[in-house]
Amino acid sequence: MALPTTASPGAPAPARSVVGGTALRVGVRLPRALHPLAWWAWALGLMVAASRTTDPLLLATILAVLAVVVAARRPDAPWGGAFAAALRLGAAVIVVRTLLQVLLAPTIGLAVAFRLPEVALPDWMAGVRVGGLVTWESVLVGFSEGLRLAVMIACAGAANALSAPSRLLRSVPAALYELGVAVVVALTFAPHLLSDARRVRAARRLRGHQEGRLRGFARAAGPVLDGGLERSIQLAAAMDSRGYGRTGSITTTQRRTQAGLVLAGFAGILVGLYGLFDASAPRWLGWPLLGAGALVALLGLRAAGRRSLRSAYRPDPWLAPEWATAGTGLLVAAVFASAAWSTLAVAVTPLQWPSPGTLPLAAVLLAAGPALWTPPLPTPGRWSA
Amino acid sequence: MTAVRFERVTVAYEGADRPALRDVDLVIPEGELVLVVGETGCGKSTLLRCINGLVPHFTGGAMAGRVVVAGRDTRTHPPRELADVVGMVGQDPIAGFVAELVEDELAYGMECLGVPADTMRRRVEETLDLLGLADLRARPLATLSGGQRQRVAIGAALTSHPRILVLDEPTSALDPGAAEEVLAALQRLVHDLGMTVVLAEHRLERVVQYADQVLVVADGRVSVGEPAAMMAGAPVAPPVVELGRLAGWVPLPLSVRDARRAAGGLRARLRALPPPPEGPSPVPALVSGPAAVSARNVTMGYPGVPVLRRVDLAAGPGEVLALMGRNGAGKSTLLTALAGVRAPAAGTVRIGGQDPHALAGRPLIGAVGLVPQEPTDLLYATSVARELSDAEGTAGTPAGTAGRLLEALAPGIEPSLHPRDLSEGQRLALALAVVLAAAPPVLLLDEPTRGLDYGAKRRLIDLLRQLQAAGHTIVLATHDVELVAEVATRVAVLADGDVVADGPAGEVVRSSPLFAPQVAKILAPGPWLTVGQVQRALAVPG
Repeated sequence: MALPTTASPGAPAPARSVVGGTALRVGVRLPRALHPLAWWAWALGLMVAASRTTDPLLLATILAVLAVVVAARRPDAPWGGAFAAALRLGAAVIVVRTLLQVLLAPTIGLAVAFRLPEVALPDWMAGVRVGGLVTWESVLVGFSEGLRLAVMIACAGAANALSAPSRLLRSVPAALYELGVAVVVALTFAPHLLSDARRVRAARRLRGHQEGRLRGFARAAGPVLDGGLERSIQLAAAMDSRGYGRTGSITTTQRRTQAGLVLAGFAGILVGLYGLFDASAPRWLGWPLLGAGALVALLGLRAAGRRSLRSAYRPDPWLAPEWATAGTGLLVAAVFASAAWSTLAVAVTPLQWPSPGTLPLAAVLLAAGPALWTPPLPTPGRWSA
Repeated sequence: MTAVRFERVTVAYEGADRPALRDVDLVIPEGELVLVVGETGCGKSTLLRCINGLVPHFTGGAMAGRVVVAGRDTRTHPPRELADVVGMVGQDPIAGFVAELVEDELAYGMECLGVPADTMRRRVEETLDLLGLADLRARPLATLSGGQRQRVAIGAALTSHPRILVLDEPTSALDPGAAEEVLAALQRLVHDLGMTVVLAEHRLERVVQYADQVLVVADGRVSVGEPAAMMAGAPVAPPVVELGRLAGWVPLPLSVRDARRAAGGLRARLRALPPPPEGPSPVPALVSGPAAVSARNVTMGYPGVPVLRRVDLAAGPGEVLALMGRNGAGKSTLLTALAGVRAPAAGTVRIGGQDPHALAGRPLIGAVGLVPQEPTDLLYATSVARELSDAEGTAGTPAGTAGRLLEALAPGIEPSLHPRDLSEGQRLALALAVVLAAAPPVLLLDEPTRGLDYGAKRRLIDLLRQLQAAGHTIVLATHDVELVAEVATRVAVLADGDVVADGPAGEVVRSSPLFAPQVAKILAPGPWLTVGQVQRALAVPG
């Protein structure tokens, strides 16, 4: 190992544009991981789109686009299974949502599929029914509502599969970093618990216990939570020993001012968003407050970021593929947000074959682009374990 | 220049009946490698954690006196404000990992300290090379083997270029080769960079030769001295020192090299004596029929990653088979297959003629018992007493069986204690008692000596010999060459999923410079493996 060199504090910052420039010319197709924020912008765009439509064809297209991109750019890592898990959850959601619609909601339409025995309810529960006529319209409404939820879940799953939560953490502004770590540690706690549960169950088998899946997990809960708590404490000790939370020379007053700015800014953004979405709110609550909030938050973040001691190791560059990926996400969201409801909703009465608008369909198909234009993933080192 | 100074330090934890450290006065000069030894629970970890301020800032408890590290008083500097001068590597590496990937983990400490990006990049590359991690740089930490994790944890502490490095049992999970690499790297840091290294280690045979000072902690009190002087009177010592004491060499050698220089006379004397019996001989089979444990053509792995390729192994009653090989060679995987935890992808596993994966409940624990690498994995009750009665319940043995086993293995354990509050050795004893309560004819052990002090190891060796004499089949995966020399009758070496050597213990370990115990190295080309053998041979004519 070479002797440690101390970087003189007055030295000029390394010319980052040179590095970035080379990467832009040569590196667009060099294997690298895409910036996590680009993936999240893309996935959130699709999620917004999915939330705006009930057309099964459009929703299925979104799902297909997600699947294509995840298949092409999913890293071979433990969190890569998030998409499959989201799909399983989504399937359950569809089934439950359809059953609820068919069994409990008021009957829609005339195309009777079959008749279920109806449960007679007392008079005071008029308006609620259980069983009875089942129409194709009800099935379709339940299914497409369920599909909409499932696709939104799949969007979150895809974002998780394409970039680990901890990678997202690197792009969090320095001022929010410590909050971010807390969130990420909490997020990784659940998967750790799951692997712990498996280990404890294997151990219970070794100890000669025979029990069903559910019972076994219930028995394992105590030691698993115990272990999780223990590990959290050890992790906190390790992070403390490695300098997490160093404040350097910032005074308490400075820190409080920055935190106040950031919090006030976010509060402004929240209220502004509320004003935008609630038609009955006064107009000045909308865009003006949103803008002002964003500005204050940005100022606070910048001030805190400049004083932060932290530096970033190999920060992900934001280059053309990132712009394109995040851009398609925003584009899809914008198209769906502005399109007429008739081009997005499935026609139920009378029943019709869905005929999505050309523009929304084209926008969704464009969102498959990242499978082609994002750089390929680096191949991990030899798996020798 | 002093790196670390303890001034009349006393540490007492809440609820403990006596202080963990008492009146410790200590000076560690810069650029020394200090070895901390002592039995488990003697206050070693507290001492180490005082150096970076985890005690008392993180653990609580009352501390009197003061610790000054690189000119900073730990009473006023919490661990994070000492992170640029003290690097800490804990006992359980996986618990301290913050990032997801090897490379990010190495950079984490530097990021917290605000090291410039280009310096970070260079130091990460240097550390990857220094610890042989270059192949693993993009791997998720969760997929690494135990030894790989340990090296990453050490690397993660090194990248911040601390002036003092504190390590709690850094080589206990490593195979002999990897351990030597890590120790060589540490020594290079001390010699070339003037880094101060403080490390606690039970496997003295690996470390004592590198130490400048040995610090013995006993019952909260600390005594310091030159390694040779401290070893001469120490109750526990590595084989090289024991052999030196037996032969009366002065000065007492600490390394194999020094001992070989002194051993000319002893080698000549031993040449005239009859060689030792080839390991403890297998007792006649109590159960006739097929080998008690057999694996035929076993192939296992994870998707796209073969861990075992067509492995053929068998062991009969009264045999102690040691599986050796570097970290990640597939030893633990093979044990999980033998215990029926996982079914092999191809091939067959038989325990006394039965497929263990098809067994469950009492028939399973009556056929085979596995003590995993972390004995705690087997323990989940809230007290030792409940753990024992639960084991007796599932095994269907009369009450008190497991308790008597535990008493024989580790006398004097308070039954109301929580298993987590036991020492490593006591936990292993408890796990063994729990497994042996069902009296399985086949016992599988994964790294049983990890974290054990010499006393606990001695008791384990005695137990394994008794079990072997009673006709049990024992398969153990281990890096501990001294344990293998003491108990194994056969050794199989795994590498990259293949069995590359399989034969009588003496033959296999003597032929390998890496797996040879210290006594074999000193007395080569003689057939001697342990101090006990030499002692018995010398005693016969005298």
